[in-house]
Amino acid sequence: MNLNIEVNGKTIQAKSGETVLTALRRAAIQVPTLCYMEDLLPTGACRMCVVEVEGQRNLIPSCAYPVADGMKIKTHSPRVIRARKTVVELLLANHPDDCLYCVRNRNCELQKLAESLGVRERRYTGEKSEHKIDSSSPSIVRDPAKCILCGRCVRVCEEVQGVSAIDFTKRGSKTVVGPAFNEGLNVSSCINCGQCVMVCPTGALREQSYLKEVINALKDPNKYVVVQHAPAVSVTLAEEFGLKPGTDVCGTMTAALRSLGFKRVFDTSFTADLTIMEEASELVHRIKNGGKLPMFTSCSPGWVKFVEEFYPDMLEHVSSCKSPQQMMGAIIKSYFAQKEGIEPGKIFSVSIMPCTAKKFECQRPEMLDNGIPDVDAVLTTRELARILRMRGIELGALAPEGADTPFGERSTAGKLFGATGGVMEAALRTAHFMITGQEMDSMKIQALRGLGGTKISHVKVGPLELGVAVVSGLLNARKLLDDIRAGRKDIHFIEVMTCPGGCIAGGGQPLGTNLDAVRSRMQALYKIDREEPVRTSHTNKWIERLYKEFLGEPLGHKSHELLHTHYAKREAVI
Amino acid sequence: MTAKLLEHKCCDKCRHEWSKPCPELVECIVSGPNCHESQPCTTSRTSQISILKREVVTKPVFFVGMGTCGLGAGAAKTLEALKRCLTDRGTDVDIVEVGCVGLCSAEPIMDIQLPGKNRLSFQSVTEEQVPMLLDRVLGGTVPAELLLGQYRSKSASAWPDVAYIDEHPFFAPQTRWVLANCGIIDPNSIEEYIAGGGYNALSKTIRTKTPAQVCDEVELSGLRGRGGGGFVTGTKWKFALKTAAEQKYLICNADEGDPGAFMDRAVIEGDPHRLLEGMGIAAYGIGATKAYVYIRAEYPLAIRRLKEAISQAKAYGLLGHNILDSGFNLDIIIKQGAGAFVCGEETALIASIEGRRGMPRPRPPFPAISGLFGKPTVINNVETLANLPILIGNGAKWFSAVGTASSKGTKVFALSGKVTRTGLVEVAMGTRMRQIIFDIGGGVPNSKEFKAVQIGGPSGGCIPTPHLDIEIDYESLKNVGAMMGSGGLVVMDEGTCMVDLAKFFMDFIQRESCGKCIPCREGTRRLLEILKRITSGRKTETGVDALERFKGVMYLTRLAEVIRDTSLCGLGQTAPNPVLSTLRWFRDEYEAHVYERQCPAGVCTELLHYHIDAEKCKGCTLCSKKCPVSAIMGKPKSPHYIIPDKCVSCGACFDVCPFKAVERD
Repeated sequence: MNLNIEVNGKTIQAKSGETVLTALRRAAIQVPTLCYMEDLLPTGACRMCVVEVEGQRNLIPSCAYPVADGMKIKTHSPRVIRARKTVVELLLANHPDDCLYCVRNRNCELQKLAESLGVRERRYTGEKSEHKIDSSSPSIVRDPAKCILCGRCVRVCEEVQGVSAIDFTKRGSKTVVGPAFNEGLNVSSCINCGQCVMVCPTGALREQSYLKEVINALKDPNKYVVVQHAPAVSVTLAEEFGLKPGTDVCGTMTAALRSLGFKRVFDTSFTADLTIMEEASELVHRIKNGGKLPMFTSCSPGWVKFVEEFYPDMLEHVSSCKSPQQMMGAIIKSYFAQKEGIEPGKIFSVSIMPCTAKKFECQRPEMLDNGIPDVDAVLTTRELARILRMRGIELGALAPEGADTPFGERSTAGKLFGATGGVMEAALRTAHFMITGQEMDSMKIQALRGLGGTKISHVKVGPLELGVAVVSGLLNARKLLDDIRAGRKDIHFIEVMTCPGGCIAGGGQPLGTNLDAVRSRMQALYKIDREEPVRTSHTNKWIERLYKEFLGEPLGHKSHELLHTHYAKREAVI
Repeated sequence: MTAKLLEHKCCDKCRHEWSKPCPELVECIVSGPNCHESQPCTTSRTSQISILKREVVTKPVFFVGMGTCGLGAGAAKTLEALKRCLTDRGTDVDIVEVGCVGLCSAEPIMDIQLPGKNRLSFQSVTEEQVPMLLDRVLGGTVPAELLLGQYRSKSASAWPDVAYIDEHPFFAPQTRWVLANCGIIDPNSIEEYIAGGGYNALSKTIRTKTPAQVCDEVELSGLRGRGGGGFVTGTKWKFALKTAAEQKYLICNADEGDPGAFMDRAVIEGDPHRLLEGMGIAAYGIGATKAYVYIRAEYPLAIRRLKEAISQAKAYGLLGHNILDSGFNLDIIIKQGAGAFVCGEETALIASIEGRRGMPRPRPPFPAISGLFGKPTVINNVETLANLPILIGNGAKWFSAVGTASSKGTKVFALSGKVTRTGLVEVAMGTRMRQIIFDIGGGVPNSKEFKAVQIGGPSGGCIPTPHLDIEIDYESLKNVGAMMGSGGLVVMDEGTCMVDLAKFFMDFIQRESCGKCIPCREGTRRLLEILKRITSGRKTETGVDALERFKGVMYLTRLAEVIRDTSLCGLGQTAPNPVLSTLRWFRDEYEAHVYERQCPAGVCTELLHYHIDAEKCKGCTLCSKKCPVSAIMGKPKSPHYIIPDKCVSCGACFDVCPFKAVERD
């Protein structure tokens, strides 16, 4: 039902049941927010969105207040502005004055609000809460001194990821967001997904940066520094440089990486193809030999840790394949090193990922080979942009270049790994071929595409009907796992990506990512799949060569040694 | 001595079954039998009730006030001493542990009822007093120095020349509805409660009224929430009643957190069945089948009493499944709070029961529409619910005859601070504040001047002398910048510094803020800091500090107003009240602190300066011995002097000097 509300003297339309803020935003009336999160229930904590409503004694939070017909609202009255400004001033009174040194300088919501509200003096001064920085996690650094307690990280961790590694503790001005018992994030149930970093308005949460290690390796003459980049990076990096979301900069990014000094630039999509060969074989093997079903994908390290912690009884359902990053790392330090005659210990293997959990993954003991890590350092898309800016490298000024051999080309199936549903599509293409000896009629499975959190379909593969599910956002995974625990039987293969929407919306992607940007990145991946000729992993001739020259066959001895692993139950503090 | 009424069958005709109580159980017990006509049976029941009501006692009965206040004053020792003395004497008596009668400053209180005589009440009966008291009373005389008065009764004879307790200045002006049984009956006995008319209202309600009629009646009575907000109870119920849902909840808010408030505790400790009956009526009225009592864990005695009362009520079929064969079910669950002040706020309380962190959420939706576990939920305070039996029992018209135009019935206040008689006071709405403090409370002791009274706890405000004649109700208190709150009354005399008082409450509030919304969390902390700067000494103050102090004062009101205007919940919105209220009535005290750097009440130690009048000083050396920082010099028998740089202004010398030679300015 439509109703009319009066805002600042003008009548605008609103819909019954919606909040004042929704109506205001539709009418392009800007009201600042800090704690507000689209699609999640409002908490009304920050009070930045307060407005004056005629007849109400106090200011009301527009994010939580439902519209009513004939409501008269003032969004920028002196009283409202004074309240908002005071809120910001109060936050600043307890905030470190170190913007120039902050990772979020010029990209900080608090800073922007202070600027737009014209805060020019320290009106309120006093004691500031003292907190230690928690840098215990390999993926995420917490700096509670910069935390404004908006609670966005708490909500994303609980309501989107179903993890609840962090929450509010203590009371009053001593309130702090942190893991249970104020222990380090490394011993908490945190799955390192970095979604908290994505929603943090200030510098209170950031990725653990390995830029220094990478820069040091690059200038070390004894190191042979190579780099791989994940499928979701090339369709996102452009945004860091002001280009339109969904612009694929794979070629220029490759050129940029070379000019940074990396000796070889590999495309992780190639090992995504390799993952498909192994994972599809594993699925077929499980189906034919009565193995544990449904089988879950294992490319997403946040998801893997999630199962280890919360569903250890389901670990046997998780594919034993390493993730594409780790497969690439493993074959770089074996096949590649052997072929090029380089001592594996001298190779410094860097990966550029849309992800913070990959930083954790590469340090897992399972991912070391005789103490040598398969991957030495993981940088996020953000960190890559940072080093490019630092070195003055303009993406637009470079001519596109191709990835390095010996790995050479990827199929578009491997590239699809960047978005939710992509692994499933790629795996089904190859599994279909493995089971029937024929290609699928249509490569595209529409039901598995798009940003839906849970997508379920039943696919005909020769004589079989495979039940397949694609979930992203671990709360969705939790629901599905609970169904399966409770006896749901119609699903055989499940792709799980930790971040909602998949790696294109990963925790290492540019800050300020919105849903429209994610959609454009997804379309960019689909476009690549639509336009390029090699669309299945098993038809990638470079993959064929790798098996012929080195690995033998999928699930073979060498594969098992290098490309597979196993996971075990993990205890977290809470 | 109390016969188990429940197991009692007057004769073979009695249809009453223990396992299946009659729908008219309560009426039958008190004025029955109802299922058959029999004069002997009626007589037997009447006599039993009169025994339960202690209209007739066959041996001496001793009542010891064993509420938390009594225990704090040593009632447990008094009880021990009593038992010891009685064992020594070999006298056969009954001992009843009762709750608090309200006059806390007179604890330990012991009442004695001899057969055929009126019940006598004695105050300050410490263990040492017990043998003497026993000797005298059992010997037939009344020790006047301990006497509070005698209770009236229909059947027993009065003590000659002994005042009636209802004529005592503390009790005479009161209208005791909610507290009627407190300190009088045995809180562990459902029989005594029933004998006094208890559970009659519940029985009548579920047998003869529809839920809508109950809501109408309560709304018509004008009963308003006694927990702070003052919302019309019946209206709140109607929201919940009208919202369709499979499950609805009633929550009794017993998370009494205001400093200086203890009426909920006293009601639960002294008369738990009144609360349960009220909850039964409320749950029936809104259609709830499950109710929670959210009670602070710091009330162990109240929790114990409540648990016992719930199990008794269940045994009587007055709680649980198919209550009195009416088809109405009600389970009451006790949920203990973990000590957060904010959990008294209803949405935070709901979160806490749900097992989440106790933090308020924005309203709407209001709990009556979507509350506990997303279901319609009514939250009422203990006192509100405890008003229901008498309200329903006597009807809305009777109830609303007492009070003012906007506020009906009575209100219980917890009177404390600088007042002669402290304790729980229940007065009709509209009673003058002056009457409570000076007549009931007996005024300010030690011939000091009254200064102000803080009402409503930290969220409330103070009322100075010129407004003492306001007739207390929800509106009149708001008009003077205070609020009813839960009913704490803290009296302050001339020795109270109002800036210091504001500082005390701000400290409480900023510690107890849940930390969710920014104005409350950050703002109250800065308010406190501003107050601290005002009251801190200038010895170590630098120019920057002085500037900060003035800046703080400049922005004090602005900040307080934004907190009030912008905070999420009621606690945040009222958080600046201690500052705004004291600033409104005692601005001169603030100015003395800020500009003259003086504390007129002599409380803010850092602003005080001491010196010794050489002419008065006899050189007794007492002050220099007492000085904790050795700031006083001087030879014995010659005048001493204070070294200002060393002095920490603690005032020890001022207090100890026998010659008043130490002067303060």
